[in-house]
Amino acid sequence: MLEEAQVQTLARLARIALEPAELPSLAAQLSRILSLVEAMEAVDTTGIEPLAHPLEPVPRRRPDAVTETDQRAEFGAVAPAMAEGYYLVPRVIE
Amino acid sequence: MSTTNYPQTVAGMSAGLAQGTFSSRELVTDCLARIAHHDPALNSFITVVAEQALAHADAADARRRAGQAGPLTGIPYANKDIFCTKGVRTSCASRMLDNFVAPYDATVVTRLAEAGMVMVGKTNMDEFAMGSSNETSYYGPCRNPWDTSCVPGGSSGGSASAVAARLVPFATGTDTGGSIRLPAAYCGISGLKPTYGRISRYGMVAFASSLDQAGPMALTAEDMALTLNAMCGVDPRDGTSADVATEDFARDLGEPLQGLRIGLPAEFFDASLNPAIATTLQAAIRTLEQLGARCVDIQLPTTRHAVPAYYIIASAECSSNLSRYDGVRFGHRCEAPRDLTDLYTRSRAEGFGAEVRRRILMGTYALSTGYYDAYYAKAQQLRRLIRDDFLRAFADVDVIVGPTAPSTAFGVGQKTADPVEMYLSDIYTTAVNLAGLPGLSIPAGFVDGLPVGLQMIGRHFDEATLLKVAHRFQLETDWHQHAPTLKD
Repeated sequence: MLEEAQVQTLARLARIALEPAELPSLAAQLSRILSLVEAMEAVDTTGIEPLAHPLEPVPRRRPDAVTETDQRAEFGAVAPAMAEGYYLVPRVIE
Repeated sequence: MSTTNYPQTVAGMSAGLAQGTFSSRELVTDCLARIAHHDPALNSFITVVAEQALAHADAADARRRAGQAGPLTGIPYANKDIFCTKGVRTSCASRMLDNFVAPYDATVVTRLAEAGMVMVGKTNMDEFAMGSSNETSYYGPCRNPWDTSCVPGGSSGGSASAVAARLVPFATGTDTGGSIRLPAAYCGISGLKPTYGRISRYGMVAFASSLDQAGPMALTAEDMALTLNAMCGVDPRDGTSADVATEDFARDLGEPLQGLRIGLPAEFFDASLNPAIATTLQAAIRTLEQLGARCVDIQLPTTRHAVPAYYIIASAECSSNLSRYDGVRFGHRCEAPRDLTDLYTRSRAEGFGAEVRRRILMGTYALSTGYYDAYYAKAQQLRRLIRDDFLRAFADVDVIVGPTAPSTAFGVGQKTADPVEMYLSDIYTTAVNLAGLPGLSIPAGFVDGLPVGLQMIGRHFDEATLLKVAHRFQLETDWHQHAPTLKD
């Protein structure tokens, strides 16, 4: 079971603002999902190596050469706020 | 308006174009008219690009006149709105990306354009592909053309609905835990999730990167083979795309099924399977036996735990992948942020819908200190056991057959209150993603007027066998030719 305070902590870690009114139902839903997930405990996995990727591929190497072109303007064009080629955010240092 | 004078399949259109029976402009014009007429009742498209499509159709016709047409040149299609398209909005059905126009094309989009296919629009989906019903879309639920009070399934619901309604002959989808196969089953079409790595993920908005895979959604196995030929291949921009030789997936379609061994997993046909669906599938299996296949009872014991393992792994990867949406570089930004933390937290709260937020929080929990071993590591251990179950089974069988979904399409709003009930729609599909195997769903009959899907699972990189079995089945049956009656 997840307590409302734990959900609040998760929301802070995930950088998602939550209204206090949302906490009870969210805690209940996440707890219900956890009760589904906890069925995993029934399986003995002692000594089983975790599998992160189905095909366990060996990373490919490529020549250390520049292949991308300069698309600074294109990528800047989809940003919410830009000035002089920089992303704008609220003042961080007073 | 509910019927068209043109062939409905990719293969049929390809033949007509090659013979000069009609032009790409005529095909695309008809396709756009059908979308304009029928889509208001279905909501299968988020964006339609009529002007661009007609220009591309003219270019395809010119290419044909110049003698440079391939088998797919001039055929209309739609992309799930998860594939980046340069100059055309890519929303991922999220408010977060409602204003996002990608500066580049996904590799899949580039390859289909190089083949000469004509994109007519971008299809509806669950937000960031997280859902099994297409109800989490910021643009509203998509409807099932067999019964518009029902969901089309998700997350590639718009693509399935549009193909089933014969608005387009082919659409792209993505499948992280069943998102191609489930809507294909609910809408009575054919859908293939290829082997992980078969198709480049470059430019496909990421949900769970070790599970996500693009694939074709169409009316027939033959059309899936033709379009998969154009979509697949190693891509230097995706380090996980598989460096395997290119092949013609249509090459074995005409081969007989004599000697084929079909595995029937006990876990897929136990007492929990809906009896009407079980009866439908048994008839389909008899058809495969009549074609020369031999059935073998097999066991996949750990697949019973696929849904819990899947929801931990997918949520963990989603919480990591979606951290990129910060309101700074692209996507939604809240009004008048007080400081940087307020900018992040409010932009994300406003930009993400309820299901996406739930999964990010669940993934954050599964990856957090003190819980990592109990959830994420445990799920990855189960993932190995699940994959090994399949590898063991494939020592004795060539193809595994079972249901795609535990039910037919359910009503809009019927499962939205309880996320767990929704997750259990994926009970037969998630194990395939965890193991990275290819899987497809084809129509196998109807229960109470709604389509039933038959799932086939193959060995890694053995899509050709799956497509052959599906094609032979479709030569013997006409379930894939049944079309829903659309209201005028």
